[in-house]
Amino acid sequence: MSPPDLNRHDTFPKLLRHNASKRGNRPAIREKSLGIWQTYTWAEQAVEVRALACGFANLGLKRGDHISVIGDNRPRLYWSMAAAQALGAIPVPVYQDSVADELQFILEHASVKIVVAENQEQVDKVLSIKDRLPDLLTIVYCDPRGLREYTEAFLHHYDGVLAEGRDYDKVHDKFFDEQVEAGGGSDHAIMCYTSGTTGQPKGVVLTYDNCVKIGAMAIEFDGLTERDDVLAYLPMAWVGDNLLSYGQSHIAGFCMACPESSETLLMDLRELGPTYFFAPPRIFETMLTSVMIRMEDAGSFKKWLFHTFMEHAKKVGAKLLDGEPVGFGDRIKYRIGEACIYGPLKNMLGLTRMRVGYTAGEAIGPEIFVFFRALGMNLKQAYGQTEASVFVTLQPDGEVHSDSVGKAAPSVELKIEDNGEVMYRSPGVFLEYYKNPEATASTKTADGWVHTGDAGFIDDAGHLHIIDRAKDVGKLVNGDLFAPKYLENKLKFFPNVREAVALGDGRDFAAIMINIDADAMGNWAERQNIAYASYQELSALPEVYELMAAHLAEMNALLAAEPQMAASQIRRFLVLPKMLEADDGEMTRTQKVRRSAVSTKYRPLIEGLYDGSSSVYLEIEVTFEDGRRDVVKGDVPIWDVTAVSPAIAQAAE
Amino acid sequence: MAENLLTVENITLRFGGVKALTDVSFDILKGEIRAIIGPNGAGKSSMLNCINGFYHPQEGRITYKGQTRKQMRPYEAASQGIARTFQNIALFRGMSVLDNVMTGRVLKMKSSLLEQAFYFGRARSEEISHRSKVEEVIDFLEINAIRKTPVGRLPYGLQKRVELARALAAEPELLLLDEPMAGMNVEEKEDMSRFILNVNAEFGTTIALIEHDMGVVMDLSDRVVVLNYGEKLADGTPDVVRSNQAVIDAYLGASH
Repeated sequence: MSPPDLNRHDTFPKLLRHNASKRGNRPAIREKSLGIWQTYTWAEQAVEVRALACGFANLGLKRGDHISVIGDNRPRLYWSMAAAQALGAIPVPVYQDSVADELQFILEHASVKIVVAENQEQVDKVLSIKDRLPDLLTIVYCDPRGLREYTEAFLHHYDGVLAEGRDYDKVHDKFFDEQVEAGGGSDHAIMCYTSGTTGQPKGVVLTYDNCVKIGAMAIEFDGLTERDDVLAYLPMAWVGDNLLSYGQSHIAGFCMACPESSETLLMDLRELGPTYFFAPPRIFETMLTSVMIRMEDAGSFKKWLFHTFMEHAKKVGAKLLDGEPVGFGDRIKYRIGEACIYGPLKNMLGLTRMRVGYTAGEAIGPEIFVFFRALGMNLKQAYGQTEASVFVTLQPDGEVHSDSVGKAAPSVELKIEDNGEVMYRSPGVFLEYYKNPEATASTKTADGWVHTGDAGFIDDAGHLHIIDRAKDVGKLVNGDLFAPKYLENKLKFFPNVREAVALGDGRDFAAIMINIDADAMGNWAERQNIAYASYQELSALPEVYELMAAHLAEMNALLAAEPQMAASQIRRFLVLPKMLEADDGEMTRTQKVRRSAVSTKYRPLIEGLYDGSSSVYLEIEVTFEDGRRDVVKGDVPIWDVTAVSPAIAQAAE
Repeated sequence: MAENLLTVENITLRFGGVKALTDVSFDILKGEIRAIIGPNGAGKSSMLNCINGFYHPQEGRITYKGQTRKQMRPYEAASQGIARTFQNIALFRGMSVLDNVMTGRVLKMKSSLLEQAFYFGRARSEEISHRSKVEEVIDFLEINAIRKTPVGRLPYGLQKRVELARALAAEPELLLLDEPMAGMNVEEKEDMSRFILNVNAEFGTTIALIEHDMGVVMDLSDRVVVLNYGEKLADGTPDVVRSNQAVIDAYLGASH
């Protein structure tokens, strides 16, 4: 079926109407309820959204008002967004795990009139801050469990709102269609709050033009049709879920499915077998780890079979995917592998039908990326931002690399500022930060270019490489570029490295502090017959240092081959005696290292790295989960690593 | 005033020369959460075993739903709407969670052994209706993610929850919980408390529970009966019981 005329159907409510008339019997959304997948067609969805919109109008929701949805991915929450949009109101989805204070900031800042909450947990959270929210009129809840005793007059059950909406629709039978017709492409479609690692979150206002144009662009790029299936499991508050699941299903007419719960995700994935799958690297990592652990327990013949064919897949799988020439024998062998290993494995992971998969958000380890591509899955990387309506760059089929994030997406312009910051301009560029003109002005230039805040470079083939957050990028004393995250990520691809903190800004050379992974290293130590009593003891063992030194030497060799990074090869390193923890203020709750906190707390170690000492005595306070405190003290050894000269690296290639 | 669901009058239970219960009387009202507390060996589990017909007290009467009974077998109690969980988990460890919870429906199945064995006739339609009830319970107790997992592979706290699910699948009027929170951490206890309160509120199930965690008991229960060495020490609302001197002595170990 040809794509809808997006000039005529320029908003999601209009697209919903279009889908209901063109493909009314096709599935629009699925939900696993009481163990069985329930399907709602586009026609049913349109009826539901109509009644709900009238119900919201009955509750006093007007054009331009904000409405918030809080909860896991549920059809009723998606319908609430659609119903609000039909009235010209703007949905503001909120992260379901945000605490009351975070919630209060957003609901207050956006002057939210109605909150649609999934269940008792979310209702309780909103009730606890209700007094401080003068604009909030109504709370609508979807799941009545545990809410029977609640008597507040402003609390409404979803079913009740729906029933009153139907009555309202009977009396005002032209109302809904007029409201849908009154909407246009330049209206605000949705507002997503960015997580805000610095300062308060900012409300990013996206228009229908933004969402629809970028959504349609990505649909065309990957050839999505109404026959595709997606699993909507990433937080609704994240712009990606909005655009990829909700938005693109409206444009292409495909079906999105809501998992039963976050814990059943991998099972639901297997049952559903989506054709278009979007996941952060963490999900793929979990899948790979579980496969590897189960293979460890398998019999020796099965193990041999698995390893033999995986070796072969790594050799030719990606080439076959990219349509490169592969010998006849290799093709036959790959077919055999498909029958006995790759096929069953993909089936077990629920990825048999996957045509297009994207990973974004963080750097993905090359071995994870290679593993999935070797199995014949078209896994690609993308780079995007809320401010861009998700997509900035995409990897075209046949040009997929693990170290770049792809080429500028169609209709997106890309450039690198003199200071190395990546900038873009596209139809998806956000309208403004809500009630924050200063932030808007400092992020978006007058002619529409947006500062990403990320440093990167574009290679000769036109692929964008992201190095680090621009503000973290520094320079060594001799003026060479120093990008800590780039170095840390490279090292973190080794499974026994949990976390790393690179140093070097304003210094003579780059050094690194390492957190080893307790499980992986513990396992390793057991196999090597190395005894240890605590994490601290394990982390100071010379055997562990030798292993880390080997990793760093390997990494230095890779860095030496990259002209921009050759100077920041690691010269000295140490292994931290304790894990970096959010409870100690060393990490954010989203597990990102707080550089400033770490550099103050571990000052003696950092000095030791640069004054040539071979060991430093450290005393540091730790906080346990239950609030108790203790002091970790002891000597931390510091080792040297030899750098590889770039000339040698090139000669070796 | 709510009506009496169960009345226990002057129960005495002896094992040979040992008196497990001596002249214990109390009642359970329809729709309440009733806690039975007491130090180790006070006779709490014996009391529950008397109620569901596992033990037969030598003296005294038990009246359930207006009917006084002298002797009753556990399956008769079960078919009259009494379900229970056990202090030491009693599940089929090799079976999946779903199958374990399904066993809670056994007494409601009407098809013959033959029909069930070959899965035809009534067995087929029955299986579907029972399964849908079981799925409701699974959803209610939030154990969807472990539906197909063998019980033996689950952590202790979840096994307890599965046991509760099996008891709930029987759609009981009176639910007996023997130490539902023993060995759980704080978070698991909070979850379990929430489920117990929800069961009581949503299904109107009357609940009698034995519990050692006093915080939980005081928060959850409407009324508390205290046993000590097989005798009733106190009976009343949590506040009354908490301030009772005899109870304080029993728990703090006053001289006898």
